[in-house]
Amino acid sequence: MTADTRVPMVRAEDIRKSFGHLEVLKGINLEVQRGEVMTLLGPSGSGKTTFIRLINHLETITAGRLTVDGQLVGYREHQDRLHELRESEVAGMRAEIGMVFQRFNLFPHMTALQNIMAAPIGVRREPKGVVRERALSLLERVGMSDKSGAYPGALSGGQQQRVAIARALAMQPKLMLFDEPTSALDPELVGEVLDVMKDLARSGMTMIVVTHEMGFAKEVADSVVFMDDGVVVEAGSPDAVLVDPQHQRTRDFISKVL
Amino acid sequence: MPATARDEHAVAPTPGAHAQPVVKLRHPIRWASYVIIAVLAAMFVNTILTNPNYGWDVVGEYFTSVRILDGLLKTLQLTAIAMVLGIVLGVGLAVMRLSSNPAVSGVSWLYIWFFRGTPIFVQLLFWGYISALYPVISLGIPFGPSFVEFDTNVLITPVMAAILGLGLNEGAYMAEIVRAGILSVDKGQTEAAQALGMKRGRILRQIVLPQAMRVIIPPTGNNTISMLKTTSLVSVLAFPELLYAAQLIYSDNFETIPLLITASIWYIIVTSVLTVGQYYIERHYSRSERLAGPGVLSRIAELQRRRGVTVDTEGEAR
Repeated sequence: MTADTRVPMVRAEDIRKSFGHLEVLKGINLEVQRGEVMTLLGPSGSGKTTFIRLINHLETITAGRLTVDGQLVGYREHQDRLHELRESEVAGMRAEIGMVFQRFNLFPHMTALQNIMAAPIGVRREPKGVVRERALSLLERVGMSDKSGAYPGALSGGQQQRVAIARALAMQPKLMLFDEPTSALDPELVGEVLDVMKDLARSGMTMIVVTHEMGFAKEVADSVVFMDDGVVVEAGSPDAVLVDPQHQRTRDFISKVL
Repeated sequence: MPATARDEHAVAPTPGAHAQPVVKLRHPIRWASYVIIAVLAAMFVNTILTNPNYGWDVVGEYFTSVRILDGLLKTLQLTAIAMVLGIVLGVGLAVMRLSSNPAVSGVSWLYIWFFRGTPIFVQLLFWGYISALYPVISLGIPFGPSFVEFDTNVLITPVMAAILGLGLNEGAYMAEIVRAGILSVDKGQTEAAQALGMKRGRILRQIVLPQAMRVIIPPTGNNTISMLKTTSLVSVLAFPELLYAAQLIYSDNFETIPLLITASIWYIIVTSVLTVGQYYIERHYSRSERLAGPGVLSRIAELQRRRGVTVDTEGEAR
């Protein structure tokens, strides 16, 4: 797809998602522009994690229209019908979207460096030397140069998460999704991961971050979206949503978290 | 209360508490059992040495005879080939069983159901008598003309029947082992690989199977030991493995018991060697469980830490 700067990076129109009879998302409308850093806030069960998992098709949408960079996620539109994409096509889309998980999900049988190099070599078929150089510079960027040969089991949670961010960046994604990246960390390790994310945000990366870190939202987010019970309750600039929320549900949540 | 913890917990020692003599608990039943077992063992050794029917001289004569050693070699080869066939089949069946395609997973289920549901001995007999079921095997268009035809008796020799019988049966058991291994790998691993744009085949080969190995390998070692002994059933197919080699010899010289002992000693030697290997394999995999990766123990600890629960050394949750 052409990188038309007028096309939003992510556009969600009336997105619905049900698991069996349980409707988790009840019509989400959102737009994320290029270079925008959006944080998704909300109580657990509000549907924010489900929403970002839809964006790279780890979950399929039940209804609605979701595009990334102008391209429909998981489907191709042809003569007014949606056709499901083949596995290789879905994989191709995912390769351009980085994702960072709450539980890191590093591959435990590979070193930090191997974790980062696996996809560029295996998926993109890039030459090993080039990938290696990029992986090493990414490790440096996340402050993990000295741990390139370490296995995930020997790293702290914060270190694992930083390697996981480097692993996602190695595919040179146009969009990064963060699913509660600091929720599984000991409090003293949260800062080092947030620093890496702040650095990334300042570099112009488009990011959607599900988090409970109000400080991160205030400091680097361009927009804050508050979700509850499967709907967007309030969206706007950090100041608008966090400092001067219009809805009672938002106020209640923020007073509990702060 | 102004008292410090030290004051509250301090205990005045009883004078001379450390010097009191201790009378150890007696174990009369234990001693009685030693005596009984010693007597029984002496009786057993005595009968082994004095009963001439054991024919130890015959055992010694045949223990390293060419025919027995040849049978032993064939047993080892058959074990190896059947296990390789079983493992390859098992991986395939396990992947099929976990497929989202109901037809594919159903075929795997049926296969496992059939081969685990009928005795291996009966399966071997079927392979032995396969020509009675299908005298001719032909390749061609289904329900149409055939291009090549084979006489089943020529194609399915005793060796082939033995390999097919043991290997296809083992495949069913290996499938369950491999499936358990694949399922033991955290779902997050597959998701992380998918998010990086990897496709199913690569995820299986590069991410899931290597991690499944720690669950797959120890029971595979056990199955290998079991297979070594199961190959003796192949004697009904007139395939000259260790047991059949012994049977051939005693059908000539009628020294039945000494030759069965000869075979048994070889079986126990090889299984002992394999058991030692198994011990090291298991130790290796339990150690890597502790050292590398999010093993079960570290995962439990992590979960408890996240719930704000700490477990102290007495195993008491606070």
